[in-house]
Amino acid sequence: MRRRNVLPGLPLSLGVTLFYVGLIVVLPLAALAFKAASLGFEDYWRIVSSSRSMASYRVTVLSALGATAFNLFFGLSLAWVITRYRFPGRRIVDAVVDLPFALPTAVAGIALTALFANSGWFGSVLEGFGIKVAYTPIGIMIAMCFTSLPFIVRTVQPVLEDLDPALEEAAQSLGGSDWTIFRKVILPLLAPALLAGVSLSFARCLGEFGAIIFIAGNQPMSTEITALLIFIRLEEYDYQAAAAIASVLLLAAFFMLAVTNWLQARALRYTVKG
Amino acid sequence: MSNLSTRRKPPRVGDAPLFRRSLIGIVLVLVAFVIVAPLVIIGVEAFSKGWQLYRDTVIHPDTLHAVMLTVLAALIAVPINTIFGIAAAWAITKFDFWGKRFLLVVIEIPFSVSPIVAGVAYLFVYGLQGLFGPWLDAHDIKILFAVPGIIIASMFVTAPFVARELIPLMQAQGRDLEEASTSLGASGWRTFFAVTLPNVKWALLYGVILCNARVMGEFGAVSVVSGNIRGQTNTLPLHIELLYHDYNATGAFAAASILALIAVFTIIAKVALERQGAGRVRKQANPAEKTS
Repeated sequence: MRRRNVLPGLPLSLGVTLFYVGLIVVLPLAALAFKAASLGFEDYWRIVSSSRSMASYRVTVLSALGATAFNLFFGLSLAWVITRYRFPGRRIVDAVVDLPFALPTAVAGIALTALFANSGWFGSVLEGFGIKVAYTPIGIMIAMCFTSLPFIVRTVQPVLEDLDPALEEAAQSLGGSDWTIFRKVILPLLAPALLAGVSLSFARCLGEFGAIIFIAGNQPMSTEITALLIFIRLEEYDYQAAAAIASVLLLAAFFMLAVTNWLQARALRYTVKG
Repeated sequence: MSNLSTRRKPPRVGDAPLFRRSLIGIVLVLVAFVIVAPLVIIGVEAFSKGWQLYRDTVIHPDTLHAVMLTVLAALIAVPINTIFGIAAAWAITKFDFWGKRFLLVVIEIPFSVSPIVAGVAYLFVYGLQGLFGPWLDAHDIKILFAVPGIIIASMFVTAPFVARELIPLMQAQGRDLEEASTSLGASGWRTFFAVTLPNVKWALLYGVILCNARVMGEFGAVSVVSGNIRGQTNTLPLHIELLYHDYNATGAFAAASILALIAVFTIIAKVALERQGAGRVRKQANPAEKTS
């Protein structure tokens, strides 16, 4: 079938890999799934569909959608500006984009809270317009925006860099306006990468914890995210409820992982040059 | 660059001066507000009550203990993850076997799973309600609510970091050099250290640095498995939360400034390594370039 492989080390390297992945990744997740499954359907359903759980899914998903939508525009503009324009400070902007990944989430959480609290730099200004951010769902959204921004920038940026100028020139020579060319030529080429970035960003928002708990009010039914509800159930020693709700987040993560992989495979298929 | 720009190039899409300037302006303002301001406020708040209080927080025994524990976690978790990353990259890029694509997906799982879910999952393995909990308890081995729990939870969260940097690069480099080396009689280890490693050293370092930053900053997973015992199982991020909820915001920011500094150094190192070519291949890795 294939040419004979002469390289050594398959048993050792594959053995180490499988052992580590099994012990560190698969075993704990399987234990969680097992624990959730051992609840029995009725109990499981009662916990995951309780009004407090449902409210937590609602605020988590809606905030994640809002944050991802904002990051879609901001991230695309940021990637566009970094790759297409030359201006002083460009390299600094390019480097700073990774800050949300490098900065620990708890640090980001207290920093954003300080900025957006009523007495903070931004909070006091927004207060003048009657907008409260800290301890409201908007705060959750802002924390999610911060932690997931680099995903979209970093997935779109390489595609934007590799974009063939000849395509634009052809469209220009045919008399297309900038906006038309962007919409009809550039955007379709960016779309797969953009979607992959969006799904990564959304998945990250769903699971985010550290940055959010400081800025969210953490009030049940209104500003309590799902990850926090799991944590609260643990503190109450209600391990079954924690397992059940955690399994919902885990399923959501697997779903998003599948979507991302599918989108990335598509993105690669369209960017491969012959 | 300068002699090239004398040749007038046709304006590209979005190069109209007004559009260009306003887009750069908007993006710069948003970057300042969304990304830079949080970093600035950490410094401002940390020193808001003067240098003395900052110093007192940073050299407080609890803070120092948290720093030590964070460093210890990194010193153990990062090398283990590095070995795993190298092994995974070697197996995946140098051989063909059934289930390879699936293995790749499994390695990436920790990226998508919420750290809280990871923490809970570990509870059901090593906790008293978990698989091994009763056995561990009977033999008086403490993993959860102790230092080993913190380390393995960090290992879960950062498992893909090194592998993810190495796999695309080693994929792109192919197998020819290693095959030549072994056919000339070099052992597998010698081939790895003399042929493969020099070619991937920057990408490896890049992955290690990102992995380290994440281990040191991990909060969600660690807060579930640590038990938050002050002076015992408090890592630096947990210590920040503790100070913050003790209404010692200045202290929390002082502790946070240490982690913020690490983040800034991480980014500087990242930029320096990208100049060496690390982190680039992942973005452009595609099957068509395999032979280049």
